[in-house]
Amino acid sequence: MKRRIVLAVIALAILALVLLSRLRVEDRTGGEAPPPLFADTANEVERGRALVLLADCGPCHTARGGEPFAGGRAIPTPFGTFVTPNITPDPETGIGNWTSDDFWRALHEGRSRDGRLLYPTFPYTNYTKISRRDADAMFAYLRTLKPVRRENRPHELRFPYDQRWLLAAWRALFFRPGVYEPDPERSAEWNRGAYLVQGVAHCSACHEARNALGAIQSSDNPAGGLVLDWYAPSLTRAREAGVQHWSEEDIVTFLRTGRTQSAPHASALGPMAEVVYESLQHVHPGELHAMAVYLKSLPVDGAPPDAGAGFASAPLTGSLARGREIYMEHCADCHGERGEGRLPAAIPLAGNRAVCMDSVANPIRIVLYGGYPPGTEGSPRPFGMPPFYPTLRNDQIASVLNYVRTGCGADVPRVTADEVERNRGGPLW
Amino acid sequence: MKPLLLPIVLLGGLSLAASAAEPSATELDTIAQRVRACTPCHGAEGRATSEGYYPRIAGKPAGYLYNQLVNFRDGRRHFPMMTYLTERQTEQFLLEMAAHFAAQELPYPPPQRPNVDAALLERGRVLATEGDAQREIPACSACHGSRLMGVEPSVPGLLGLPDDYLIAQMGSWRSGSRRAHEPDCMAEIARRLEREDLAAVAAWLAVQPVPENTRPDPAFEQEPPMRCGSIPENTQAAP
Ligand code: HEC
Ligand code: HEC
Ligand code: HEC
Ligand code: HEC
Ligand code: HEC
Repeated sequence: MKRRIVLAVIALAILALVLLSRLRVEDRTGGEAPPPLFADTANEVERGRALVLLADCGPCHTARGGEPFAGGRAIPTPFGTFVTPNITPDPETGIGNWTSDDFWRALHEGRSRDGRLLYPTFPYTNYTKISRRDADAMFAYLRTLKPVRRENRPHELRFPYDQRWLLAAWRALFFRPGVYEPDPERSAEWNRGAYLVQGVAHCSACHEARNALGAIQSSDNPAGGLVLDWYAPSLTRAREAGVQHWSEEDIVTFLRTGRTQSAPHASALGPMAEVVYESLQHVHPGELHAMAVYLKSLPVDGAPPDAGAGFASAPLTGSLARGREIYMEHCADCHGERGEGRLPAAIPLAGNRAVCMDSVANPIRIVLYGGYPPGTEGSPRPFGMPPFYPTLRNDQIASVLNYVRTGCGADVPRVTADEVERNRGGPLW
Repeated sequence: MKPLLLPIVLLGGLSLAASAAEPSATELDTIAQRVRACTPCHGAEGRATSEGYYPRIAGKPAGYLYNQLVNFRDGRRHFPMMTYLTERQTEQFLLEMAAHFAAQELPYPPPQRPNVDAALLERGRVLATEGDAQREIPACSACHGSRLMGVEPSVPGLLGLPDDYLIAQMGSWRSGSRRAHEPDCMAEIARRLEREDLAAVAAWLAVQPVPENTRPDPAFEQEPPMRCGSIPENTQAAP
């Protein structure tokens, strides 16, 4: 209710601003992107294909089992369900009648061909950094796809989020179109990495926390629903997903295969597994290396959890003692008795960031629903984590996670049975 | 203090015993360890657990199991956990999982006791072994093998399964919530059957003892009477 009023007020207050900004001269030239640092870039369609892959356009615009890029994937979010449109070159139901100017406006300004404002579930807030030349290459590639006739389905959004015009307010507050501007102080590789991470690969669409006025977005998952009930940890916190203390090789291995092979141990699960499987594993390692160089240079908060700490060994009572019993019965034969892991079958849990970060959403979801890291060329036969929702109660899952979180070497918030309950049900990924 | 210490001492002893038997990296590097994510529902060897509605997967033909994994992945069958587990794996790996469970030879449960009248059972027997030419319903045995234990590589057996499972599967084919590769012969057959036929054939199948040799037939004795998208082309006639 409150949110609605806030929204309305903002809308009115901003309207004038928006009208003004419409008068602004449209940017159609679109800057120069840092070029790729490897291989042949002469073939425009081929370059476009690589960019579209890295931008992960296909999976979002493809329904399960459906024709590639023909849309129809439902993206459930707290605001309702978005249904992605057909972006094959079909003239009637797709974007066959679009010009490269129309396409540029969508990517760069978040507007459709008819001028409609687009919802930022389509991450144009990142794609706006893409250069005109690269956007044209992407468009050239999309035009080579098989046209598929498939009518778009309307989104099913709740009021007031179904009021498209409200986007004007949101955009005026939070969206500034602008192509990536290289930093002349930095290396070509760093600039390429920054361009990819901030723009094309849109890591921040999931990983960056937004303020509460994210309006049509959830507070910590600005990609709307794609992150669903998962928490995308911060790339600037050492206790979360910051990789400043990793080697470049480890970062590339993680992004390419979905797992690191040695300490620092990490595996990609849930939405991150999709990013690796659909996109990153197919990307040229040179591009991933550039991303690693940039990611390592991001500012960082705090220190990673102490991996050597191990689980609490002092006499335990109450819920922690029960947690240890459950751990010994259900987890120890894979993750090791002290959380040291049993490689290659399962990674360590003691000091593991996926366990130790303040947000407990991911560890709860992982214990409830298990899952495999992605099967990639570099890791084609991953080991899987069994789902425990059929066998463990909420309080048991809370106890075992609290026990495991004694291995984090610092005070971490306690997991409660209520939080486990909240994570039952809903979409899995 | 004492009662508290006791479990800790016990646990300590346990962990010692366990670490003595700790498996090596090579012992863990198996397909059995990789599919432990399946065991909470399908049982360690794919026999199916007693709780809920989890189908047996042990000993079913590998091509059949593989097709099902792909069906969950592509949305032709629906169970969110199955989709989640199969979604981002290579086809090679899904095939390896399928082959692993196909190779499990486990005893089947004893046949169910008949809980319907003899006339209905007889109607079930006729449908399963002879079909009904007038209504263009082929005998189940024409595709599922004369022993009804399935045919390699992708037709499953129909014996040793509970009648409610059989009815549920045929029912979901009729309603469209289960689909196989096109042309979907089972959907067509399920739609040609009346509700009562379905109950009859499921009841008859469920009371048959499983033959001694539980393996599927290696090949069709005769060409299947309809085209099925899930049966490889080279083992059946052209459309
Ligand atoms: C996270 C999911 C997601 C990703 C990734 C994504 N899109 Fe979209 N896209 C959407 C959604 C949802 C819409 C509908 C937005 C709306 O209706 O306001 C959309 C809309 C569009 C439109 C406007 C279509 C129209 O008819 O107005 C185009 C063009 C488009 N996307 C192209 C792309 C391209 C190219 C990429 C990759 C560079 C991409 N999308 C990546 C979700 C996504
Ligand atoms: C669709 C949303 C999404 C996108 C896009 C995304 N991530 Fe993630 N990422 C997640 C989620 C959710 C997690 C937490 C689950 C996990 O640990 O796998 C995660 C985890 C990670 C981790 C943590 C690894 C660890 O230590 O456990 C790193 C590093 C990471 N992502 C990097 C990236 C980079 C780099 C990009 C851009 C190329 C990216 N992510 C794009 C959602 C996303
Ligand atoms: C059959 C072996 C197995 C069992 C039993 C098991 N796990 Fe896992 N677990 C895995 C695998 C495999 C992964 C995926 C990461 C990897 O490749 O090692 C994983 C991942 C995790 C993660 C995420 C780690 C990360 O870095 O992404 C957590 C948390 C976790 N398990 C907790 C538990 C808990 C708690 C239990 C007991 C209730 C348990 N596991 C039981 C195999 C197992
Ligand atoms: C959370 C429980 C659960 C887990 C874990 C699980 N399954 Fe399933 N599985 C099911 C259910 C329920 C069905 C039946 C769904 C339906 O069609 O209604 C099923 C169906 C199947 C089928 C089709 C069986 C048939 O005869 O048609 C196969 C094959 C299968 N699962 C394999 C696997 C494999 C391999 C794994 C591990 C990677 C796995 N399952 C993990 C619950 C589970
Ligand atoms: C024309 C060939 C054909 C005939 C005739 C046929 N089936 Fe099938 N059946 C198949 C194929 C192929 C499959 C595997 C479908 C798949 O891949 O999902 C199948 C699968 C099934 C399954 C699923 C088994 C499981 O474990 O989930 C059931 C149940 C079934 N058939 C019942 C019957 C019954 C009852 C009859 C007779 C009334 C019959 N079928 C006749 C070809 C046939």
